[in-house]
Amino acid sequence: MSDAIIGGKDRIAKRFEKLRAENRAGLVTFITAGDPDPETSFEILKSLPAAGADVIELGMPFTDPMADGPAIQEASNRALAAGMHMRKTLSLVRGFRDHDHETPIILMGYYNPIYIYGVNEFLEDARNAGVDGLIVVDLPPEEDSELCIPTVEKGLSFIRLTTPTSDDKRLPKLVQNTSGFVYYVSVAGVTGAGSATNDQIIEAMARLRRHTDLPIAVGFGIKTPSQAAEVAREADAAVVGSAIVSKIAESLDENGKATDNTALVVSGLVRELADGVRNARK
Amino acid sequence: MTSAPNSINSFRTLPDPEGHFGQFGGRFVAETLMPLILELEQAYKDAREDPAFRKEMDYFLKYYVSRPNPLYYAQGLSDHLGGAKIYFKREDLNHTGAHKINNCIGQILLAKRMGKTRIIAETGAGQHGVATATVCARFGLPCTIYMGAKDIERQSPNVFRMRLLGAEVKPVTSGSRSLKDAMNEALRDWVTNVSDTFYIIGTVAGPHPYPELVRDFQCVIGNEAKEQILDAEGRLPDELVAAVGGGSNAMGLFHPFLDDKDVAITGVEAAGHGVHTGHHAASLTAGRPGVLHGNRTYLLMDDDGQIKEADSISAGLDYPGIGPEHSWLKDIGRVNYVSITDKEALSAFTLCSEKEGIIPALECAHAIAQIIKTAPKMNKDQIVLMCLSGRGDKDIFTVAEALGVKL
Repeated sequence: MSDAIIGGKDRIAKRFEKLRAENRAGLVTFITAGDPDPETSFEILKSLPAAGADVIELGMPFTDPMADGPAIQEASNRALAAGMHMRKTLSLVRGFRDHDHETPIILMGYYNPIYIYGVNEFLEDARNAGVDGLIVVDLPPEEDSELCIPTVEKGLSFIRLTTPTSDDKRLPKLVQNTSGFVYYVSVAGVTGAGSATNDQIIEAMARLRRHTDLPIAVGFGIKTPSQAAEVAREADAAVVGSAIVSKIAESLDENGKATDNTALVVSGLVRELADGVRNARK
Repeated sequence: MTSAPNSINSFRTLPDPEGHFGQFGGRFVAETLMPLILELEQAYKDAREDPAFRKEMDYFLKYYVSRPNPLYYAQGLSDHLGGAKIYFKREDLNHTGAHKINNCIGQILLAKRMGKTRIIAETGAGQHGVATATVCARFGLPCTIYMGAKDIERQSPNVFRMRLLGAEVKPVTSGSRSLKDAMNEALRDWVTNVSDTFYIIGTVAGPHPYPELVRDFQCVIGNEAKEQILDAEGRLPDELVAAVGGGSNAMGLFHPFLDDKDVAITGVEAAGHGVHTGHHAASLTAGRPGVLHGNRTYLLMDDDGQIKEADSISAGLDYPGIGPEHSWLKDIGRVNYVSITDKEALSAFTLCSEKEGIIPALECAHAIAQIIKTAPKMNKDQIVLMCLSGRGDKDIFTVAEALGVKL
């Protein structure tokens, strides 16, 4: 199966190699699977690479997203209300892979839905669907035997969140067993909250580079093309999530249903963000 | 997973260094919080070894909380039921009217020791919120209490109490608007205010070391009760009974007796409208192991791992999870967990008021309801010791409504 050959770690590594060759940072876009409904979500997902997304983070909806701010909480609620569940999330990815073999997809979320699915069965199904890596918010390295180690053994990447509270003492433990890239959460807080200053990001990047050669993506609080560009000058990728799902929320009709505009406003914002990121180092 | 209780030398040695009680417990939190949790673990270890810390705790438990509280022979109820002798451990007589203050004294002293300058907490019935607001007032620290909007409606006296004590009460409107969502919101606050904030968790749940440290601070209930029952009866009770939501009053009573193998132990969950209806809070009876709020434990959820809303007339039991040590004690069979419906708890609430002149909290009315079922079948020389975890004044509006009385 061709996906298995170019999938997993390879697809992520190849994407960052390509970015390096183009001497630019990447744009990582987050949407929640099934938001605002499974069909529209699939349209949005398919449109992301053409709009300029280099890597896609796909949120696995969860009832209790305790590290997320209101925007992503509501995205999760919309998806669950529209009948989204883990098997459907994996079929979204499978559908996406019929169109796109190169853009890495990282599933992001919380552990319980994976644990209940069954770790081994989940990893098998995720890999076969064309998933490249996982970010699981509530699994610190202290719990690596739960999912991180099995994920790496399956040939998928386990991408770790590092934060402003990750000091030089903590970082070696964080980059251990991790692969693909390192996600730097630039502010202590929930998704969609305030943003870090450029100086803080530069300092954090220097600290991270002392501990890892992996590409570093920076996220949390990046909302505009100019903020994305600023991050793209320092980091290997900029991650945007809450701003995108907020666009989805704004596009809905009075009953909270998708409109003809929903997919369009998302690709519009992603195009602007991608322009910012691509022109950052020129 | 399950082994015969007899094969274990002691039930009191857990958690292991990683915070596990068998397969339960652990540290399932966002990375931002990990350094804080490790710091707390170390600070607690140091405090536990420090006689000055113990001395300070004892002082406040005695002169501020007014411990030891009595172990009371509930003769009215015992005679009425016509079976076992029933004793109440009177946690309702503590300052603030419930057992929650025991833990809050311990945690606020720990927070001071760690140099933290701001306190946050979640609350369901409001008892933990009131206890937290109380110790914050006493020790001069600002505090923010997260409380589900649904609970704010049904526990308005406690909301007012917290505000009188100077706390900021933040209504939580996300999710099911009750205790689990208040806990989510407190975690969101904590992850945002990492440098100065101490999170006082109110029950024996959450990431390691909380289940252990809250248990240790609540063990004063069982330690006192053991001494008192030996004084009163010259022997240990035949059975312990306590209500479990997150499970802190129950764990505090049970833990010192876990190795007394002749003492039967019963935890009482809230069956809400009935376990068969799906509208209940009986996570041990009807849930399964999963991961939420920092620990693996029994949870109410659907087949996709989405957490279900709990349902109970008692806001303090309205939580879809349970402390991880309870999950372990269930699986190894040391503690028997049963459930009691809203209706049964209401009858127990009125019966206790009438027969004992004690208005119990709706939470421990569940434990009384269990005793109403079992005590009549026991001999007169048998002893049941129950934790009367709180007073029921806060519940009179809820009970009046349920009984169709207009206040």
